[in-house]
Amino acid sequence: MAMELDVFVGNTTIMDEEVYQLWLDGYTVSDAVKVRMEGGVMEECEASADVLLSDTMDQYRTFQMCERLLYSPAKLANQLLFQIPPHRQAILIERYYAFDDAFVREVLGKKLSKGTKKDLDDISAKTNVTLKSCRRQFDNFKRVFKVVEELKGPLVENIRQHFLLSDKLARDYAAIVFFANNRFETGKRKLQYLTFQDFAFCAGQLINNWTVGAVDNMVEDMDVDLDKEFLQELKELKILITDKDLLDQHKSLVCTALRGKTKAFNEMEANFKNLSRGLVNIAAKLTNTKDVRDFFIDLVEKTPSCVGQIHGRHQKLYLQNVSRLKRISSPAYFFPCLSPPPPPADAVISAPPVRTFSVFDLSAVIISSLSASLLESSVCKSDL
Amino acid sequence: MPGKLKAKIVAGRHLPVMDRASDLTDAFVEVKFGNTTFKTDVCPKSLNPQWNSEWFKFEVDDEDLQDEPLQVTVLDHDTYSANDAIGKVYIDIDPLLCNEAASVISGWFPIYDTIHGIRGEINVLVKVELFNDLNRFRQSSCGVKFFCTTSIPRCYRAAMVHGFVEELVVNEDPEYQWIDRIRTPRASNEARQRLISLMSGELQRKIGLKVLEMGGNAVVGYLQCFDLEGESGLVVRAIGTACTLDKLSSGSAPNTATHTHPNTAPASNACNSPSKDGKEPVFGEDLLSSSGPPTPFRALPTSSSSPPPLSPSKPCSRQSSSSDTDLSLTPKTGMGSGGSAGKEAGPLKTLLRQQTQTALEQRGASSSGLLLNAREFPFFTLTSFPPGFLVHVGGVVSARSVKLLDRIHNPALGNTRSYKLLDWNSVTADEPETRDAWWEEIRQEIKSHAKALGCHAVVGYSESTSICEEVCILSASGTAAILNPRYMREGCLDIGIVDHRFEDPSPPSCGFCHIPYDELNMPFPTQLTYCYHCRRQKVPDVLFTTIDLPPEAAVTGKGCLIQARLCRLKKKAQGEVNATAISNLLPFMEYELHTQLMNKLKLRSMNALFGLRIQISIGENMLLGLASATGVYLTALPAPGGIQIAGKTPGDLSNEHHILTIQKRINDTIAKNKEIYQINPPKLFALDPEVFCGTNMELTEEVVGSPIPEPRQRSRLFRSHSESSDEVSELDLSHGKKDAFVLEIDDTDAVEDIHSLLTDATIPTGFNSCNTEIMPGIYNWTSAVQMFTSVRVFRLSNANLTNQGLNKIFTDLCENLLKSFYFKLRSMIPCCLCHLNFTVAVPEEELIQVAVTAVAMTYDKDQTQEKPAEKPITKGCIETEEQLQFPMELCADSSSTNTQLSSKISGVQETTNVSSRVSSLERSSPVPDGRSRSLRSTRGFGGSSVTVVKMTPLSFLPGTRIIKYLGIINMFFIRETTSLREEGGVSGFLHSFIAEVFAMVRAHVAALGGNAVVSYSMKECVFMENPNKNQAQCLINVSGDAVICVRETDQEPVPSNIGQTCTSETDGAT
Repeated sequence: MAMELDVFVGNTTIMDEEVYQLWLDGYTVSDAVKVRMEGGVMEECEASADVLLSDTMDQYRTFQMCERLLYSPAKLANQLLFQIPPHRQAILIERYYAFDDAFVREVLGKKLSKGTKKDLDDISAKTNVTLKSCRRQFDNFKRVFKVVEELKGPLVENIRQHFLLSDKLARDYAAIVFFANNRFETGKRKLQYLTFQDFAFCAGQLINNWTVGAVDNMVEDMDVDLDKEFLQELKELKILITDKDLLDQHKSLVCTALRGKTKAFNEMEANFKNLSRGLVNIAAKLTNTKDVRDFFIDLVEKTPSCVGQIHGRHQKLYLQNVSRLKRISSPAYFFPCLSPPPPPADAVISAPPVRTFSVFDLSAVIISSLSASLLESSVCKSDL
Repeated sequence: MPGKLKAKIVAGRHLPVMDRASDLTDAFVEVKFGNTTFKTDVCPKSLNPQWNSEWFKFEVDDEDLQDEPLQVTVLDHDTYSANDAIGKVYIDIDPLLCNEAASVISGWFPIYDTIHGIRGEINVLVKVELFNDLNRFRQSSCGVKFFCTTSIPRCYRAAMVHGFVEELVVNEDPEYQWIDRIRTPRASNEARQRLISLMSGELQRKIGLKVLEMGGNAVVGYLQCFDLEGESGLVVRAIGTACTLDKLSSGSAPNTATHTHPNTAPASNACNSPSKDGKEPVFGEDLLSSSGPPTPFRALPTSSSSPPPLSPSKPCSRQSSSSDTDLSLTPKTGMGSGGSAGKEAGPLKTLLRQQTQTALEQRGASSSGLLLNAREFPFFTLTSFPPGFLVHVGGVVSARSVKLLDRIHNPALGNTRSYKLLDWNSVTADEPETRDAWWEEIRQEIKSHAKALGCHAVVGYSESTSICEEVCILSASGTAAILNPRYMREGCLDIGIVDHRFEDPSPPSCGFCHIPYDELNMPFPTQLTYCYHCRRQKVPDVLFTTIDLPPEAAVTGKGCLIQARLCRLKKKAQGEVNATAISNLLPFMEYELHTQLMNKLKLRSMNALFGLRIQISIGENMLLGLASATGVYLTALPAPGGIQIAGKTPGDLSNEHHILTIQKRINDTIAKNKEIYQINPPKLFALDPEVFCGTNMELTEEVVGSPIPEPRQRSRLFRSHSESSDEVSELDLSHGKKDAFVLEIDDTDAVEDIHSLLTDATIPTGFNSCNTEIMPGIYNWTSAVQMFTSVRVFRLSNANLTNQGLNKIFTDLCENLLKSFYFKLRSMIPCCLCHLNFTVAVPEEELIQVAVTAVAMTYDKDQTQEKPAEKPITKGCIETEEQLQFPMELCADSSSTNTQLSSKISGVQETTNVSSRVSSLERSSPVPDGRSRSLRSTRGFGGSSVTVVKMTPLSFLPGTRIIKYLGIINMFFIRETTSLREEGGVSGFLHSFIAEVFAMVRAHVAALGGNAVVSYSMKECVFMENPNKNQAQCLINVSGDAVICVRETDQEPVPSNIGQTCTSETDGAT
């Protein structure tokens, strides 16, 4: 029965989570009805296709009306139009801001501009995420970016408070914002094996250790921009290559710190000199914006002798350790072998022993699952 | 009694962007009451402005306080051009005028614009200071409480039920004024909203005056309706039941009140005298002597018939405003004129009434019983009653009348539109009288029908209209009944109430079924048997009523919603021809609806209908009829017989076979339904041969063996139609003489009918449905409540449809709606859809519109069988005697306040009820597993700033106790769009409008300090579209009672505390 008009409005807004997901995934009403029919919801209540269609339409309309509120989730809590229990509000928001890893991987590091938005249909075709869903996700990124851009204080916390997201999701958004702001190149073929979570992890480390916010937590953009001074100071690490004594000292310190904590240890120890040189060279160039953007590519490419080897075995190593390390993927190996060497050297040079100890102590705890490198770089920074 | 109205504008939030350049808004607020306007400062460049204004004070008459709403307009300041309106908020300040209701209005209100919908919110504080009333000739009726609830409100006790009050007010419709051609749609919509708000305020005030005149202090079952008559104007009419209510305070036991003199009760009632400063002593003498009026306000009728001692400050012509024939417009609105009050009949009538009234009061004062004061119409809009009130029920009485709207009032004017519009005042001057006369006619008809059924009163009374172009059907229906003579005073009703039947009080569980009419002189043929419950009195075989199932009634199994649906094509016509055609069709429609109801009832093996509501809507080329009711099996009534199919041509073999298969299907359905609704009549009576033959399926099947039943077994529905040509038919309950109901198949139509009978979809397991307050057979509600409104419009594509085809479409439309509800609410299973209220309309030639409002409530499955039909009954009989000795104890629900007392009064059932409810609560408190997705909204709503407001069309919320009524909610909204496609088409448009209406109702309730709306209903939903122009318009009228309720398990509710919590919650939002 084709209805001219067909609405159902509850005092408490009725929302079916399954339909919500279909809506978020960008299914059209008729596709959603098909999916639901296959899902067997019809048997539940002796419903017919008509009933299902009408219900789906109703829900889609409700979601469309809610969408406006979801742009600024804080509004959802004190708006009067829909009476939605708080736990449901939380679900609505969390799901709305959730994204597909495949999609985010494509736009990570790209400028969140109209130009990128125009390319969404290509991305949609490539990732198999519907265009509608791509648009929503892209707009979400952009919205979060715009809001936090003007805010002071820690990035993750800002995102969480403004968009009422879970900690995990807020961290992911922080990574997206961080990448978009610094325009790190992530799309090259050589980086394809890295997942979004790999990058998100790196972003977390970078935000914590390499940004202005790591030293001063009341500046604007504190967590978004890399600390220029710090990058400048990284140049001085060249001494680690030129000075043989320091190189040895550096090596022994790093080895002490990492011994038994990573499977790639032997490899690293063997190649330490090359590794260290490659990394220090990359670090020294980071004052240049272009080089910052290519940071990840350089890490993979510009340390051919050592990283290349490690990289080549990466997959294997990863597989070997997957059970022990659970969540950790490549960067865990990637980084300990790459960036850690420089900082400890500095620590040796100027840091008070207690401080050094605590850093190593800390890194010892974290190193098995996280990158030690950037943590230590913070020491380096603070000391310089 | 002048008063000071104070308003303060605190802040705004979520305002729309009005200035594209800055993406901000420079908002300020205009606060208007009557003709006084105040403005706040402009709060520049903010979407969340903080005005924090001073208190704006309006010094006004209480009459204006009752009529006018406070109008808050939010505007965007523009230096160079005119200020743009963002939207408005109308705040009805009536609840503040009664000091028993809300004391302050404070909260966030959605800013509403008729074109854009809700645009942000505004925080407003409103207070009223009332001064002492020194004017005896007042036109205001501050302090009279209004309730939409059609039973005695839960925290009150009825000291007196005075009877029927009605009033109507007429005005021209701004939409049809000539000015509408040049003004914007927004201006026109706002004019209409404001006018209707004014008119309903005025209507309430006038009803209030009548109530005061009768000596009451409240109106229960207040039903207000709008008739949009198009060019001939706008009618706002209301009916209700005047009562004197006493508040049951949780501290003072109702016991003490029992012995209080009925007339002193109102005096102690703070509500009756809004001034608290010891006015009572002045009138104390009167009280004691009990010869005079018991309260200051009752002094009014007497003094107005004799020269007043104080010189009136108001024109005398306004004194007689209570008269039916008085012009219903005050000069203030500019439409009426004071001169019209000088009708001869008016004052005379009033005088007469007053005399009888005074006489009644004096008599009433000398007795301690409950005084029931039925005036010329012994009608009651109540649908459920205190125990012992309802003695016998006769059956449904209904009357319809077809009227031509145009040219009725003043033929001399002719019908050229321009002329009419120019001279509108003189046209409208006649209107109230005309409309009053029409309703008077109908009410007389109803009264005489009731009399014919041997009844002296009509309960569950309601009135409605359906308008199409210039034809209007006025309908009224109710249930003829006999009320307890102990509550009635001699001479108060026409019928001699001294009757042998009253001497022998019947048990409450079956008494109301006993026939009120004379057995030897039956008003219609029906089959009488001795009551299956008490065996002492006669009962009919089937009972139809418009009231709720009395809680004490003995019921077997569960009830269910039964609907009869019907479409009839009609030729397009104009004027009188059209009216005649319609009135000719009406009796046939009623007959058929009745037949359908009867058949469906039998098919479900039930024998009584409650909450029957028959709606007939007219369209240009068709009539729609929809009858909804809740079917139950009353233990006291005989078991219904089966349905027999009989063919007309017995010789035809194939036909015979066909009939046999149909018969088989029918029998199967009956058997299945018995299982579904758990109808197992008590074994004791199954031995009765008569019942046996009716209930035993095998026997019926044997009967099928003989193709043609004996001629005398064939029955026809008997109908009595009143003689008057164009109106009124009585619906009676007659049906065949034999227990088996015979359907004759003589043509294809009949086959179709039977098929449609059988194709009624069954309810999915876990669901129940009813259109009454109480679902028979379910007593253990849990607290999850989901109120919803659904609207569907179907466009008939096929131009040349037959009646049958139309019927099919209409039936499918309704069935699909129900199916859709079941599907949507599946997460609430087991649940019951209560108070399913269907409204049908034919908005345009080929459109059928069905609107439904209902509530889904969950219940505890395990305890469904908790209340066996028989146990309490025997006890109930014993209790009766005792019960009747306390006629004052008309507690609506004292069970919560004083379980001990209520169990004593209303018998054992109440107790079982209470205990089961409590235990079910205890059980449900650890949230049931599978219902994590349920729609239960918990109190508190986490840390959110928005108060949760529950809504329900019922008079109660399961698992909660109402501790305070805050006032009536009566809101009228218009929404229009000129960008229909952009708003998601008609569905998108209406969806957001309904959501907005809910939001506004909730906001107003929350601002009053409430957390729920009970007896909520959507009275009107008029939807018009013009897709070609990308336009649509919709009008919605909703009403309900704002209340504060607490969980039943909460021990000591302190009302003031609750109020504070609510205000602090709203404050927290600031």
